[in-house]
Amino acid sequence: MFIRLKFEAEISVPMFEHGLCAGFPSPADDFLDESIDLNVLLVRNRPATFLWRVDGSSMRDVGIFHGDILVVDRSLTPIDGDVVVAIVHGERSLKRLRLDGKRPRLMFENADMPLFELPEIAEIEIWGVVVCNIHWLRRQPGRGVQ
Amino acid sequence: MSRALALVDGNSFYCSCERVFDPKIATRPVIVLSNNDGCAVARTAEAKALGIGMGEPYFKIRELCEQNKVAVFSSNYTLYGDMSARLNAIYREWAPEVEIYSIDESFLDFTTIPERDRLAYGRDLRATVRQWTGIPTCVGIGPTKTLAKLANHIAKKNDDLGGVCDLTDPAVRDRWLPKIEVGEVWGIGGASERKLLQLGIETVGDLRDMPARSARQLMTVVGEKTVLELRGISCMELEELPPQRKGCAVTRSFGKPVKTLDAMLEAVSAYATRAGEKLRRHGLETSHMVVFMHTSRFNQRDPSHSASKTIHLAESSADTLDLIDAAKRGARAVFREGFAYAKAGIIMDDLIVAGSGSRPLFDAHDREKSAALMTALDAINGKYGRGALVPAAAGIKRREWQTKFDRRSPRYTTRLEALPTALSGWTTGAENSMV
Repeated sequence: MFIRLKFEAEISVPMFEHGLCAGFPSPADDFLDESIDLNVLLVRNRPATFLWRVDGSSMRDVGIFHGDILVVDRSLTPIDGDVVVAIVHGERSLKRLRLDGKRPRLMFENADMPLFELPEIAEIEIWGVVVCNIHWLRRQPGRGVQ
Repeated sequence: MSRALALVDGNSFYCSCERVFDPKIATRPVIVLSNNDGCAVARTAEAKALGIGMGEPYFKIRELCEQNKVAVFSSNYTLYGDMSARLNAIYREWAPEVEIYSIDESFLDFTTIPERDRLAYGRDLRATVRQWTGIPTCVGIGPTKTLAKLANHIAKKNDDLGGVCDLTDPAVRDRWLPKIEVGEVWGIGGASERKLLQLGIETVGDLRDMPARSARQLMTVVGEKTVLELRGISCMELEELPPQRKGCAVTRSFGKPVKTLDAMLEAVSAYATRAGEKLRRHGLETSHMVVFMHTSRFNQRDPSHSASKTIHLAESSADTLDLIDAAKRGARAVFREGFAYAKAGIIMDDLIVAGSGSRPLFDAHDREKSAALMTALDAINGKYGRGALVPAAAGIKRREWQTKFDRRSPRYTTRLEALPTALSGWTTGAENSMV
């Protein structure tokens, strides 16, 4: 398999359609498929998609860490279990949304933290639904990622 | 089928962009200041209610703003340009033809929507734009651009209409037009309005009913066309309309798709030249422009691409050379090989009166001469390299002129280091905060 990354806005990962082949290469492999565009993979609805930066570790247990970049789609209707950017008392925050009870609940995902509870009169607005999280496993020089 | 156009525009657009990313100011009055923090160029309804006027110098209202906790922002044109591109991307999903008039105003072709469905369609579009981008809009529908603009005005001023007004039905027009002051019509301002009032033409209804010939005598051919447009006869192209303070755009659909950077640079240079003429004719200047391009959305076979970039000029200018330079920089930044572009354009917003930023290069009445001079300039600079011959008025040594952006919000949507942050922890300052 052969992977090439272009370091431009358009990120493409051309790959052979067939897996590794121990024998003769298939003549069809001369014809590469079109590049896989990470923009297409991560961004389903471009005008409604915004990137957010995570500040804190309350969602650690579901693999969302401080400094990660969230892909947030505002066009999606939030459903039970979504991770959302929520506006709570004017604060932009990251929470798990639960719609399984009488009232909507927002939760942390960090066993070391007490349960998050909303005061009765809390005003909640869902800013957008988090569709995926970009978490680097290797330090990105100059990208402000730890 | 009768023609129907919808003018969709963002409510207090710059302020709304700020509110999308700063929920703390959702209910506070918000204003955005022009380049260099000079005067208020965008105000929310709450700010207008405080008596803050359009274009009011900031030093005059500073105290008022402090007393009333007004959120004051320097203009963040990069953010506004990106949000504008998002709005237009949505519009293109909703209408077969979209014509950009300014940074926050676009005409959508609604002709194919059955008349009885147009209001509902407009409301759905509004709701979609609001959900996807957070920007509130108003939709004005009419058989001509002038009537669509008027319908948009009515939608803005009448909350009970739910943000949408349709003037395609003559009976509906008969109800509204006599109720609106003549000065609200596009292109009728100052001197024209006074002349009309002297003749007893006070409402839009009066203007529609005046003889077209008289309108021409009073207000040139533009006046005549305005009267015809109010009667539902479409005869105005966007380019004929005077640029407003909030800006103007030059855009074209290509006859055949543009696939090379050279061809694209040529196209945007032509737009910049056209824009320069337009600005100079009206004694205006700009300090930044949005350059955009996109492929056809009807061609599903080829890969699609749509992008825009906001370019900041060194200083505000109506100089064709500066505009071309900016347009080319923008085009280079967004153009990508391998795509067949169907449309491109440039949008300039927040226009200022020439001379308030830097001196105008040419007298507004000297268009032909300036065009000839520009051509000569281009030829000489083409031969000896750019900058070989520089208009003296533009300054051989660029002025030390720092733009002030004391209160500019982060470039939330275009810079990785400026992304909005979602607090993943206890809300600071809330009742249940803990250490």
